[in-house]
Formats: sequence, structure tokens, C-alpha cells
Amino acid sequence: MTIQFNNETFRDDYSFRNSDWAIKRFPFPFHEDSYMYSVNMEQHRGGPEGSVYEKRFDVDEHYLSEMRDRALVLADDPLRCQSLPHMTLAGWDTLELIMVSKSEDYPDLFELHRDGNRWRWVNKPMGIDQTFTFLDETTLPCGPLEYITRQTQGDFAVLDQRDEMLWMDAGMVTTQADWSLDFDIGMNFFEWHAPVPLAHEMGIFKRALKFLLNVQQGAPARRLNWTMTVNPLLDTSPENYHKWGIQKTTLTPENIGAKQHLRVELQTFFRLPRSNALLFPIRCYLIAFQDIVTVPKWGRRLHRVVRDLPEELATYKGFIANRPMMLDYLGQYDDGLPTSPGVWPDLGTEPPLQK
Amino acid sequence: MSAAPQKAKAGAEKIAVTVSAVVPLNDLVTRFEFTRTDGADFPPFSAGAHTVVEMRDGDRTRLNPYSLMSDPADRSIYAISVRRDDQGRGGSLFMHTNVKVGDQMTLTYPVNLFPLDLRAKKHVFFAGGIGITPFKAMIAQLEQSNGNWELHYACRTPALGTYADELAEKYANKVHIYYDDQSQAIPLEDLLDGQPLGTHIYVCGPAGMIDWVHATATAHGWPSENVHSEEFLAPQPGKPFEVRLCQSDITIQVGEHESLLEAMERCGVDAPFLCRGGACGQCETDVVEADGEFVHRDHWLDDEDHASGKKIMPCVSRFIGKTLVLDR
Ligand code: HEM
Ligand code: FES
Repeated sequence: MTIQFNNETFRDDYSFRNSDWAIKRFPFPFHEDSYMYSVNMEQHRGGPEGSVYEKRFDVDEHYLSEMRDRALVLADDPLRCQSLPHMTLAGWDTLELIMVSKSEDYPDLFELHRDGNRWRWVNKPMGIDQTFTFLDETTLPCGPLEYITRQTQGDFAVLDQRDEMLWMDAGMVTTQADWSLDFDIGMNFFEWHAPVPLAHEMGIFKRALKFLLNVQQGAPARRLNWTMTVNPLLDTSPENYHKWGIQKTTLTPENIGAKQHLRVELQTFFRLPRSNALLFPIRCYLIAFQDIVTVPKWGRRLHRVVRDLPEELATYKGFIANRPMMLDYLGQYDDGLPTSPGVWPDLGTEPPLQK
Repeated sequence: MSAAPQKAKAGAEKIAVTVSAVVPLNDLVTRFEFTRTDGADFPPFSAGAHTVVEMRDGDRTRLNPYSLMSDPADRSIYAISVRRDDQGRGGSLFMHTNVKVGDQMTLTYPVNLFPLDLRAKKHVFFAGGIGITPFKAMIAQLEQSNGNWELHYACRTPALGTYADELAEKYANKVHIYYDDQSQAIPLEDLLDGQPLGTHIYVCGPAGMIDWVHATATAHGWPSENVHSEEFLAPQPGKPFEVRLCQSDITIQVGEHESLLEAMERCGVDAPFLCRGGACGQCETDVVEADGEFVHRDHWLDDEDHASGKKIMPCVSRFIGKTLVLDR
């Protein structure tokens, strides 16, 4: 299908909206009525047609607006994109992986023509037609990682793998859930995960690292993570906390359905072939509470998950203060009926709200 | 989450290939070159990576890892060099005696357990014998990126110096060859002392050489992060033993000349693996019950794990005793 790109904002007047199409394909992250951290990785080899899992790098109706927002963030703060000197090859790997994947998966939107190291990249939605020499930085307007991730939705952490460890040595991070590349750059897997509650004690990070060190070329993996965001903000960074943190206090019972968003990250893991680094794209999907509850199963389940979430997690995810108001709102959409297993909306089989 | 659950297959992704050249290099070593059967380019790889070659030897499937030694920039072929081991378990003999140009074979996607540290200001390579193979690819990669490297290569005799002449000719200033039969030895201590800050060293060769380089480097104050090695362990033969696999609900016999992993595969158990050489950790298996003695040969588990009797790496390790029950 051809995608109708929205013209919308993730700041100021917050005109961001999800179409019915985007709501139905939203990556709802809860496969049962409760949630706890787990080593929830699976292979990333496609998924149901039309779902966000189908393509290697999902492109949706928010593409152009997200890229405009990224450009604004970078203009304010160039340190959102960094690459330590030894990571340039991994940057080329990233550029190659994305260009090849997008041109194969969306031939009507992207084209890649290769003649040896002479490459021509056509990005039709963004109106880009660039000829350059692969592995020669002087032929691109900026470094390869910055170049391609200014044209690809989601944040990117690029991890060097050394001494049985992953190191955050490069990245493009403008749509993050309250963490900072500038702070984490050069850190290892355990160091940058230090603020996360409970998961260390559960042995999750030790097992997750073992898994990631073994992610192989040609066999990418994925997992979901989630949090809550008031207003459809992409850039919830610590650097700008003074701007968005206070917005959490603007929730009222009247506006919560429109303002409160569930924020889901589709995280994928790709072994990069030339550098042996690991690419970690973190793709952010936002959905307003009032849109989630149009899917009866999701409304029922979100209420139960938010209600029963351990306090440590609600605190870490930053919504402990607003939880009572969220529950008042979501409770209206929970009639106590059982929910079907799995993440899918099951609109045809799940009963409508019984109250 | 399980959005679209897919069962993971054991091993890395596979590529169907055609043998495009078989080039004997000397009495012991032959190079095998492959093209993709579907005519496409091979995936790019990073120098130091290996591939696992699947050999159909009658009704037996042999899976042996070999370093990719072709130029990573050349995506039209993959090449490996195989040293014939007459005492070994037959994989290298099979390659030497049975594999001909035009044969169809299967390789896995590259897996790199011996990568270059791209932060290094200088890379110093120590190769022993057939251990030269990963360095062939590393040299090609560093030449393209103007990397700073040098090679010290110990061979038994000039006649058995695989790629020695070729390398010495092409990179006269960077390649140093040492022949055992001329009583030449790598002056390791001097070399370790004379390196600029930020140098990384890499060793690939027989176990004794690897231990020697590690021990000497440690004694000379080198941080372990700057010393890299790769040794593929071939599974060693041993007394047959019996294993109960409780998830699969079968009891299997491990023969003298097969590994525990191979025995599981022979009996239809889809056990995970990548390197088949005790290095990657993928085949780690929990022990449910054991009455006997483990013969641990892997590089993956630490001493504590080995002593605990709770884990085993079936690709290289064995067991001697009455009862062994594994969670597989
Ligand atoms: C190499 C890939 C990964 C990167 C770069 C990464 C990065 C991060 C970062 C920057 C944070 C925020 C920490 C903070 O508060 O400052 C985080 C949180 C977290 N990470 Fe990872 N991570 C990776 C892989 C994984 C994997 C494989 C797991 C598997 C379980 C995992 C589990 C978590 C969890 C549970 C949190 C807390 C999230 C929340 O409750 O909102 N991470 N990660
Ligand atoms: S398969 Fe790699 S350690 Fe056993």
C-alpha cells in the first residue's frame, strides 16, 4: 500500500495523531493481563502482513514528521548524534543495512543503485537523490551514521563488542525515554542499565547480554519495552526534562484520554557484518489512551497492567503520581471480562465493552 | 511479548554454495573457494570470522568451523584453507579427498569470535602454522582502511609455509617469517617491549603458542584486553558414555569418535550451537544429575562453573561415569 504521510508536530501544539490504520497496527506490548521484566527476546524475521514487525525497518505515516522533529532536536543539540572514532565502519554498516533493507522492503519509496562502491540512494518521501562512494566519508554531507539515521525513524545505539561486553560507542538518540547518549557514551551494558530497578537482581541483564553477544549476522532479534508519556513528545530526554517533566502535572480527568500516551519501543538487534558491532534500533510508537480504549481487549488489559504494576516500575517509568488518575480513566473501560491471550487486538472475536 | 513466535533453529543461518576452486598449497594445506549457488553476492563479513562447513559424508553430517581467509571486500567468493589432519576425526580428510570443483555444499553465515579491536593504533599478529588463515582476511581489511599492522609467522619448514612467500613478497616490511627447521623463533619478548601505546596483539595457532603469548604478554604487563586469541578446539575422542536427555525424553549413546553434540544431533535432537569449538557459549546445557567425572574442554565456562558440575558444553566436553542427565 502507499502510505499517506501525516503533517504533524511532537511539540508546541502537539498535532500528532494516529489514523485508524496506525491504531490497529499499534505494537501493544502486553500479551497477558500483567507485566514484569523478562528476557523477552525473539527472532526478528518478519511478522504478520501490515504489522510493525513485518519489515526490517518499519516506515509509517509519521515518517516525515518524525524526521522533521529529529532535525529540530539536532539543530539545538548536535551531541544527540555521536560516534567514537573507531565506530565509523559500523556507521557504514548501518547505512548499508538500512539502505538495502528499505529499498528491498519499500521499492516504491526508496531506491538503491550500486555499481561497485559508487552508490546512488533515492529517498522519494524526503526528496533526496544522493550519489556517493561507499566507505568514503568525504562524499556524504555528514558521517554515514548521521546521514542515514536522519532518514530513518527511531533512535539508534551502536554497540562495539569487545572482551565479552557491549560498549555504547556511537548513536543517534533524539526520541528517547529519559536517557542520554552524551551521558552513556563509552559505557558498557551493565553501566548504562544501572538505573533500572529489579532487573539486575532477577539476573535479566546477565542473560540478556549473553544473548546479545551471540546475535548473528542474518539472524536479527527484537523485543518490546514501554513507558508512559504525557503529550505526544518524542524528545523526552534528561537534557530537556525541565521542559517536559512539568507537563506531567497538567493531566486532568477531562484531558487524560487525549494527553496521556502509552509509549512503546520496538527494539531490534542486528549484527553488523563489516565491523562486528551490534546495531540497536529503538523505534518509538505513541498512542493516546483514548485511542487504545477503542480496542476493547486493550482497554481491559491496560487497566489491569497499570493497576498491578509493581511500585518500583511505576516509579522508574515516571508515572507513579498520575497512576490513580490513569486508573480512574482506564477503569471505565474494564468490565472484568477475560481477555484473549497474545498482543493482537482480536476485534472480531473479543466482545465489546459490557458497561 | 511474543508477537509472532518463531522457533529458533540451531546454528547460524545457512548459505548454499558451489565449490569453485580447489587449490593445493603444499603437502598438507588446500584452499577451497566457494561461490553462491543462487549467483548472488555473499554477505559482507568482518575479518576474523569463521564459517561452519557442512559435509555430507555418506549418511553422516560433519560440521567443521574454518576461518574465512578471503578478502572481506570481495563479495563474490568465500575461501577457507584446510590443513589435512590424518589423526583427526575425518572432517579435514573428507575435504581433502572428497570435495571437488562443482560440488554443492552448505556454509553458515559468518560468525566472528576473533574480531579486530578497531580502537587499536597498531595490530600485531602472531600466527603458527594454519593459524595464518584469519590473519589473511585481517591484513586485507586493514590494507583497505590504511591500518597499521605487522605479522610474525612461525612455520615448520619453507615447504609447509602456507602463504608465507606470497605475504613476504607483497608486504616485505610488515611480514616476518620464522622457520622451525632453521631454528628460528619469534622474538616475542623484544616484540612486546617495543610496541607503541594502544597496540593490540592477536595470536592464532597451536594451544601451546597461544598460552605462551598470553603468559609472556601478562608477564610484560600487557592488559588482557589488548591480547586476543583464537583457538578452535576440535572435539577429542574419548570413552563412549550414556546420557539421558530429559526434555527430549530419550537416552543416547555417545561414541568414542563423536562429540556429545554430534550424538544428540544424530538422535534427532535440535541442540543449539554456533562455533562447535567451545568458544561461543551457545551450546551451554544444564546438568540435572551426574554421577561421575566431567571432562571439560571448553573456553566458555569459568572454573567455578566447571567445578560446580551443573553445566556442560556438549560441543567439546565429555563425561566418564555411571549416570548423566541433561536438561535438553
Ligand atoms: C544493546 C542493546 C541495549 C541498549 C543500548 C539498551 C539501552 C538501555 C537504556 C539506555 C536504558 C535506560 C536506562 C536509564 O534509565 O538510564 C534501558 C533500559 C532498560 N533495558 Fe535496555 N538496552 C539494551 C538491551 C536490552 C535488553 C536485551 C534487555 C532485555 C531484557 C533490556 C532491558 C531493559 C529494561 C528492562 C530497561 C528498563 C526499561 C523500563 O522499565 O522502561 N535492555 N536500556
Ligand atoms: S557450540 Fe560454541 S561453545 Fe559449544
